[in-house]
Amino acid sequence: MNLITGLFKTSIGKKFIMAVTGGGLFLFVIGHMLGNLQIFLGPEHINAYGHFLQHSPEILWPARIGLLAFVVLHIWSAIALSRENQAARPVGYRNSPAPVAASYQSRVMAMTGLIVASFIIYHLLHFTAQTEAVNFTGYDFKHFSDHRARHDVYHMMVVGFSSKLASSFYILGMALLCLHLNHGVNAMFQSLGLKNAAYAKLIERFALISSGVIFVGNCSIPLAVLAGLLK
Amino acid sequence: MNLTLTVWRQKNASDPGRFENYAAKDIIPDMSFLEMLDVVNDRLVAEGREPIAFDSDCREGICGACSCVINGVPHGGHRGTTACQLHMRHFKDGDTIVIEPWRAKAFPVIRDLVTDRSAFDRVIQAGGFVSVNTGGTPDANCLPVPKENADLAMDAAQCIGCGACVAACKNASAMLFVSAKIGHLGLLPQGAVEQERRVINMVAQMDAEGFGNCTVTGSCEAVCPKEISLNFISRMNRDYAVALLKGRQPDRK
Ligand code: FES
Repeated sequence: MNLITGLFKTSIGKKFIMAVTGGGLFLFVIGHMLGNLQIFLGPEHINAYGHFLQHSPEILWPARIGLLAFVVLHIWSAIALSRENQAARPVGYRNSPAPVAASYQSRVMAMTGLIVASFIIYHLLHFTAQTEAVNFTGYDFKHFSDHRARHDVYHMMVVGFSSKLASSFYILGMALLCLHLNHGVNAMFQSLGLKNAAYAKLIERFALISSGVIFVGNCSIPLAVLAGLLK
Repeated sequence: MNLTLTVWRQKNASDPGRFENYAAKDIIPDMSFLEMLDVVNDRLVAEGREPIAFDSDCREGICGACSCVINGVPHGGHRGTTACQLHMRHFKDGDTIVIEPWRAKAFPVIRDLVTDRSAFDRVIQAGGFVSVNTGGTPDANCLPVPKENADLAMDAAQCIGCGACVAACKNASAMLFVSAKIGHLGLLPQGAVEQERRVINMVAQMDAEGFGNCTVTGSCEAVCPKEISLNFISRMNRDYAVALLKGRQPDRK
C-alpha cells in the first residue's frame, strides 16, 4: 500500500491525519495565545509584534496556508470518520443509553468542533479581516494606528473586547475549544500510538492542564478588558 | 424473585423485529443470567410459544459465545463479567430488564439475540500464520521472552472474541478486539516476525467488514469481560504506522 492511500483510505490512516493536524493546530493555539498575551506588556510590545507579523509575508503566508490545509484535513477526516461510524451502527439500542464510561467531552467532539469552527470564522472576520459589521462597537479597526503609524493592535483588542457580545462569544468559543482539546490531546497521543501504560497518566494530565491553561490564558484578555484592567 | 423482561424478538435477518415483554417468575438469585433465560424459555415452550434464541456455549466465561446487551450495557456492566457469569442476585425483585442483541452493521442479527459474528473470524483469518519450527519439541526457555512481554501478551490473549467491545462502542468499532489479537502475537518472538503483514491485513479486513473507528471513549475497555486495556489500541496504531511507513501492502485475496 502506498503511504498516501494508506493514510487517506484506511481507518487508522484517517485517525493519523486527524491526530497530526489536530496536534499542529494545538501547537498553533499555544503559540497564538503566547503572542497575544503580550498585550499585558503594553501597547509597545503587542503593536511591534503585530507589525512584525504583518511585514513578514515569508512567515505569515506559509503559516496561513499551512493552517488552512490543517483545518481542511482535520474537518475532512472528521466527516469521513463519523460517516463511517454512523454507518457502522444502523440500529441503535432502546432509549439510546449514554455509552458506558465515555466522558462528556469524548461524546460531543463533533458539536464542540463545529462551534469552534464557526467561532474561528467569526474571529477571522473580527480581528483579521477587521469587518466593521461584526465588531459591534461602531469603530473601524482598520483605521487604528499608533504614534509610529503602525496598526494599533492594542487599541483594536481593547475596543474589540469592550463589546460584551463579542467577548462572550470569545469566552464561549474558548470553553468549547478547551472541552475539545481535553479529549483531543489525549486521543491524539492514542491515535498516533504514543500512549502506553507508563505514559498514560502523564498524557491525561497534560491534556487537562494544557486545555485549562489555554482557556485561562485566552479568556484573561477579554476579561481584563471588561474589568477595566486594560485600557 | 419475579422480573419482567423486555426482549428483542426478530425471526430472521429480514424481519424488522420488535420488543416483547415476558414475565420471569420464580427466579432463584443464584441463577446465572442465561439460566434465568432457560427458565423463561422452558415456560414459553410449555405454552407452545417460540423460545428466545440466544448464544451460549461454555457458560463459564471463557468462550465468548454469550452476547446480550442487558439494560443498555453489553454483558450487563459488571466488571470483567460475561452474561453467562452474571448472577441474578445483582437484580432486584420486580425489576424490568431490557435485553437486546449486539448492534452493529458488521454483526447482523440472525435471530432474536443471536448475531452473526463471523466478521471477527474473517479478521483473524486475514492475520495469516505464525512461523514456528517443525521438528522435535524445542527446549523450554530456548526462546527468551521478557517477563513484561509475556505478561502483556497474556493480558491481550485473554480476549475471547465475544464482540462486547463493538457492541458498547458508540461507533461500533472493533479496534479493541483487533488490537488485542495484534498485540498478543506481536509481543512474542514467534509472532513478531509477521507483525507488519498481520497488522496491515487485519486492519484492512476490519475496515472491509464495516466496523466504525475508535474515538477513544473507552466504552470497549469498560465492558470487556476480560478487561483488555485501551493501550493495546495505541500499540496497534504504532505497529500500523511502522508497517505503513515501510510500504507494506495488504495481501491480495
Ligand atoms: S457462554 Fe462462554 S463466555 Fe459466556
